[in-house]
Amino acid sequence: MYEWDFSPVLAQGGFLLAGFRNTLILTATALSGGLVVGLLLALARLSHRRWLSMPAGVVIEVFRTTPPLVQLFWFYFGLPIVLAVEMTPFLAAALTFTIQSGAFFAEIFRAGIVSIEKGQWEAAKAIGMSHSQCMRRIVLPQAVKRMFPSMMERSIELMKTTTLVATVSYADLLFQANELAQKTFRPLEVFTVVALMYFVTISFVSFLAARLERRFARTGEFTT
Amino acid sequence: MTYNWNFHDVFVNWWALAIGVAGTLKLFVVCLVLGMSLGLVIALGRRSQNRPVRWLSTLFVEFFRNTPVLVQILWFYYALPILAPIEISPFMAAILGISLNSAAYSAEIYRGGIQSIEPGQWEAAKAIGMSGLQALRRIILPQAIRRIIPALTNRGVEIFKMSTLASVVAYVELLQQGKLVASLNFNPLEVYTVVAAIFLIILYPIVRLTYAVERHLARSD
Amino acid sequence: MAGPILRLSGLGKSFDGNTVFSGVDLDVYPGDRISILGASGSGKSTLLRCINLLEIPDAGQMEIQGATVGEPSRSGRARYPERQLRDLRQRVGMVFQHFNLFPHMTTAGNVAEGLTTVRGMPAGEARQRALTELRRVGLEDKADTYPSRLSGGQKQRVAIARALAMDPDILLFDEPTSALDPALVGEVLGVIEQLANEGRTMLLVTHEIGFAYHVSTRVVFLGENGIYETGTAEEVLKHPKRPLTQQFLAEHKRFQF
Repeated sequence: MYEWDFSPVLAQGGFLLAGFRNTLILTATALSGGLVVGLLLALARLSHRRWLSMPAGVVIEVFRTTPPLVQLFWFYFGLPIVLAVEMTPFLAAALTFTIQSGAFFAEIFRAGIVSIEKGQWEAAKAIGMSHSQCMRRIVLPQAVKRMFPSMMERSIELMKTTTLVATVSYADLLFQANELAQKTFRPLEVFTVVALMYFVTISFVSFLAARLERRFARTGEFTT
Repeated sequence: MTYNWNFHDVFVNWWALAIGVAGTLKLFVVCLVLGMSLGLVIALGRRSQNRPVRWLSTLFVEFFRNTPVLVQILWFYYALPILAPIEISPFMAAILGISLNSAAYSAEIYRGGIQSIEPGQWEAAKAIGMSGLQALRRIILPQAIRRIIPALTNRGVEIFKMSTLASVVAYVELLQQGKLVASLNFNPLEVYTVVAAIFLIILYPIVRLTYAVERHLARSD
Repeated sequence: MAGPILRLSGLGKSFDGNTVFSGVDLDVYPGDRISILGASGSGKSTLLRCINLLEIPDAGQMEIQGATVGEPSRSGRARYPERQLRDLRQRVGMVFQHFNLFPHMTTAGNVAEGLTTVRGMPAGEARQRALTELRRVGLEDKADTYPSRLSGGQKQRVAIARALAMDPDILLFDEPTSALDPALVGEVLGVIEQLANEGRTMLLVTHEIGFAYHVSTRVVFLGENGIYETGTAEEVLKHPKRPLTQQFLAEHKRFQF
């Protein structure tokens, strides 16, 4: 019978926490970048100008249908060759996950914008608003509330996807775990602890999201 | 400073990539079948009358949805052999991680599909004397599956993309073979471009098909 | 006598080759209250939507305060640059059948929105103006309520206040009571009547023939090729001269004048 021993893991707790911190930094960077990229891609995709909507569609489809790990390798190992730039693991990861989550966010934004009734556009235009004023003042504020659940779900997916950066040696939680497992010869304990860390964090975020969602649903102003 | 793309060395090594595609397909099919069927079992478990069964199914779903699949694969690869006296190959570890993760996700899809069927359908089935299981098999599931086909196909695409994670434990699949070719020929840009293109060529038709099915279902419902 | 506020000459619209209406000539003078009637599918609503360019007419010409709207183009169809669309829409207020209030803004927010966003009015001033308009439609006490808490009749009154806030030269009403419970129709018609008494210029598409008779200075019956019959309410609704108008009114006999 195997004797569990968590003491070597706990003794190196700071090592794992440093990784956890890096995971959070990367997630936050890619999330904020991804939301901006996603909104821009969605607006371009919905544009009547083909030279805008076509490329946006291609970016969205390519990043949604290829594996994120392939994208990461492409940005980390491939892109520096074309651009002749130095690529750090963090930069490659931030770039990959910003565009990748941006592609997914774009589809969420688009679905939300399209779901707003035509009458809202018409009423806004009838008082003299321009297209961009309608979008900013009338359509997006309503769409964002409807998109909230899918946005949260995607953000959680993003946090889980960031584990892939361990493969290009960015010191995220999983990478640190791997190091620690080799140092302590306690992979069982290390990977179990790390799995639990992710589980607790992500469950907590899901719980908060569900509460916020209920709160939105309760306040009457969001329904017509 | 325009870069001269050179795909020659990639195509010379086409057989290495072909072996990778075969490995990816093998892993995909196994995980798809296991994940989707186990998912149905778990979904039914969450609807069970038996409290421990219900509770365990819920815990399973929550745990596998709320941890990264890469952590799961590494856990099965490095940690599980310590607990159980079994040899875990990279293939096994990848199957365990991806299948169980997909089972958790598809369980939620099945559950949503079953819940979306009006209670009147259960009542009508029971009124003609069907057992719960008969009602489920003959009346509820056929309707539910129809509604969740787009979501399940999406899941299938995700499983296909997830198969690349097996490269982390050195299972021979497309990305792993790509790494090999790139390291031999020092041409990562071309190799990973080709690898991405292969995934796109395989998956994009399926994605388009899903869109079409979605539109079709939206119209007919 | 001053010229017309709005002049339509030969206005027409078709969708995918199907003519919705064509050859509409109409002069609207200050203080006119014109009801537009017609069989269903005669394009009454589309005509209104063309007047504030929510639909772009594909034939004819429109003048507002003597100035032509749109720019002539070689194809003979006028083009309507975005700037002109927005200017025109500020001068032509629209009230929709389904209210189309902005659900994420309070009642006062709805009314003030055009003033702040389009006109650039400071928020405080816009709110004062919004309160004035809400008072006019009898809903000042609902200023900080969200639309989801209002009845249909109240929603439509807010929508009217929202249109009024922009000081339009003309108000367009597109079947303003068709989406309402019968019990709530009266309060909306009451507000429209009050606006009529203030001498506002308005165009009204409605199925409330009794109300149209009561409030209109002129009635227009829209047919397949432009205006089929027009005159005072007395002439068109009490003594229609042409067969289609007679038939239409016979079908709506149950209305009392």
